[in-house]
Amino acid sequence: MRHGSRLVSLAVGIAALGWVLPAQAYTLYVTNEKDNTVTVIDSETLEVTATFDAGQRPRGITISPDGKELYVCASDDDTVRVFDTATLKQTHTLPSGPDPELFILHPSGNPLYIANEDDNLVTVVDVETRQVLAEIPVGVEPEGMGVSPDGRIVVNTSETTNMAHFIDTETFEIVDNVLVDQRPRYAQYTADGSKLYVSSEIGGTVSVIDPAGPEIVKKITFEVPGIVPEALQPVGVAVTSDGSKVFVALGPSNRVAVIDGETDEVIKYLLVGQRVWQLGFTPDEKYLFTTNGNSNDVSVIDVEAVKVIKSIPVGQQPWGVVSSPN
Amino acid sequence: MRRVCLSLLTLLLLLVPLATAQADDKQRIQAAVLRVDHERPLPLSRLDLPTDDLGFAGGRLATADNQTTGRFMNQEFELVEVTASPDQAVATLEDLIGQGIGFIVILADGATTLVLADAAGDRALLINAGSPDDRLRNEDCRANLLHTGPSRAMLADALAQFLVWKRWGDWLLVEGSHQGDQLMAEAYRRAAKRFGADIVEELVFEDTGGARRTDSGHVLVQKQIPVFTQDADDHEVVVVADESEIFGGYLPYQTWEPRPVAGSAGLRPLSWHAAQEAWGATQLQRRFERQAGRLMRPLDFQVWMALRTLGEAATRTRSADFATLRDFILGPEFELAAFKGQKLTYRPWNGQLRQPVLLVSDRLLVSVSPQQEFLHQVSRLDTLGYDEPESACDISR
Repeated sequence: MRHGSRLVSLAVGIAALGWVLPAQAYTLYVTNEKDNTVTVIDSETLEVTATFDAGQRPRGITISPDGKELYVCASDDDTVRVFDTATLKQTHTLPSGPDPELFILHPSGNPLYIANEDDNLVTVVDVETRQVLAEIPVGVEPEGMGVSPDGRIVVNTSETTNMAHFIDTETFEIVDNVLVDQRPRYAQYTADGSKLYVSSEIGGTVSVIDPAGPEIVKKITFEVPGIVPEALQPVGVAVTSDGSKVFVALGPSNRVAVIDGETDEVIKYLLVGQRVWQLGFTPDEKYLFTTNGNSNDVSVIDVEAVKVIKSIPVGQQPWGVVSSPN
Repeated sequence: MRRVCLSLLTLLLLLVPLATAQADDKQRIQAAVLRVDHERPLPLSRLDLPTDDLGFAGGRLATADNQTTGRFMNQEFELVEVTASPDQAVATLEDLIGQGIGFIVILADGATTLVLADAAGDRALLINAGSPDDRLRNEDCRANLLHTGPSRAMLADALAQFLVWKRWGDWLLVEGSHQGDQLMAEAYRRAAKRFGADIVEELVFEDTGGARRTDSGHVLVQKQIPVFTQDADDHEVVVVADESEIFGGYLPYQTWEPRPVAGSAGLRPLSWHAAQEAWGATQLQRRFERQAGRLMRPLDFQVWMALRTLGEAATRTRSADFATLRDFILGPEFELAAFKGQKLTYRPWNGQLRQPVLLVSDRLLVSVSPQQEFLHQVSRLDTLGYDEPESACDISR
């Protein structure tokens, strides 16, 4: 009898635990620019499970929709390295043009659009045939890459020209240009495609663009007491799939701004690690990971609670982060 | 004397198939770089030999950058490069203005720059990318003259902040005997006072003329410099003001006491250096090197900033009109990204471009001033050089 009741309470305990913990564990991949490595993190335990070599100066990182292939911009190798996520071994490389920094995968998983800063080009690469499909001339120093949810438009930001270029993915032609503030770094659509957020690092603003125009409908500015305005440098942007919350990494101010996706007003600033650069959700949007380049760690934000819950030490100068889709 | 930039023509040819609009409704924005060349002695190191395209190469790159953006704005940028001797400078300037060129970048000494600004009047906006003279930012400032390079006071303040941060507060100041050297030494005296360093002793290195470089000259230098710096009062660092490049390069490793050297040799405050890679600068360095076939120097960068200023104004105003562009550049909305980690703006009280100053060793970036610990009520960048309350510039625009 006593023995049986203990069993019951244990079962209740497990059920309670199961309710608190996420149902699914994802795998996070973080590029470490200075270490030439990628750190692998388990989203359930929030522990580092592996580290592997990723080529010279790994920066931009993304993953195939099926989660099998990991793509890493090895900037100083002038190539994109492709890793098998099962073995963490490199399977092949993709032609990228010199000094690839950021890229974006078409929602269908192919092709890959790569910003080539040195050549003022966006290079389009077929990830299956490994051939360059097109080179699209854009502004000076292309950097940020975004893609519309329907996959019809790729947006590239050029850091010295200060524009968001809208590229038709069928014709590879630029169909529109929107002038934004100094040094645009990142472009992020909402999941419904109704808004596009473009961060301007030196200008210190995030432009909210109506892609239908396209035109700027609002500029979000930032202010943190005790922080000099020039340290508030927006870089990475992440939007929840329901569009209700927008997170903006503010570089050397060591803050992530949380923005109400309805009003596009800042509602909170979260203190994270030093020189926060890029952001990555887990697919269930329970957690948002931030790469903190000068403190060599990633911060984990509980998205629902809007709270930083943990810092995880990674390699030197973490740059980009992506989660497995499953 | 005049040559329209060939690389620009090549670029235009390349761009023709990409142009989306008719050529006839394009806005044309013309600018010039006027370089007034003086006889100068050779530098101490052959690595620093002057190049024919010094400054011009930076202008070409800025024009190419502007042109890339102009493609999307239906704007076309043209650059005229001119060299002149000091006595031809005004006539050359008149010729440029006569061609309808309103934006002229000047690479000249302070006195010539001032003469040119007065000759231009309100017919042109001159951008001084060459002279570090503080008087051009103070009592001799002009309403039609902007400055993209740091002044001597800005350079000295940048170095002083770092030395004080290091707690190297006792300086031996060694200055040359030429006017520029003495003005630079004066800037170091001012910086020492502002940031709380002590100049424990000053030495003057007299330039007695003679050849700059001789085979095996180092044998004599190794004997002369220790004796020259012997018996100086206790100091933690040697600060050298040798703008004329007569002796500064001889000081590192040759001083009597084992002390670091900073200023014109050793740790140098500069607007630019080919080793600078922070804030995405690698991209600019590579673009420049591919175009010019050499490393980018401070004068190239200062001309690049001057012509990017024009490009930025043309992009933002969507105009080619001289008055519209000038007013935007001088107005509160103007900002420029220039690989220094924050936006650069012109000080309204004297036309000086606010900017971080690099502190570099021979091969690497060591630090960037302003140092975080020196606070300011408006902008930390205004801890460098003459701040608004100290300014002797009285211009009404």
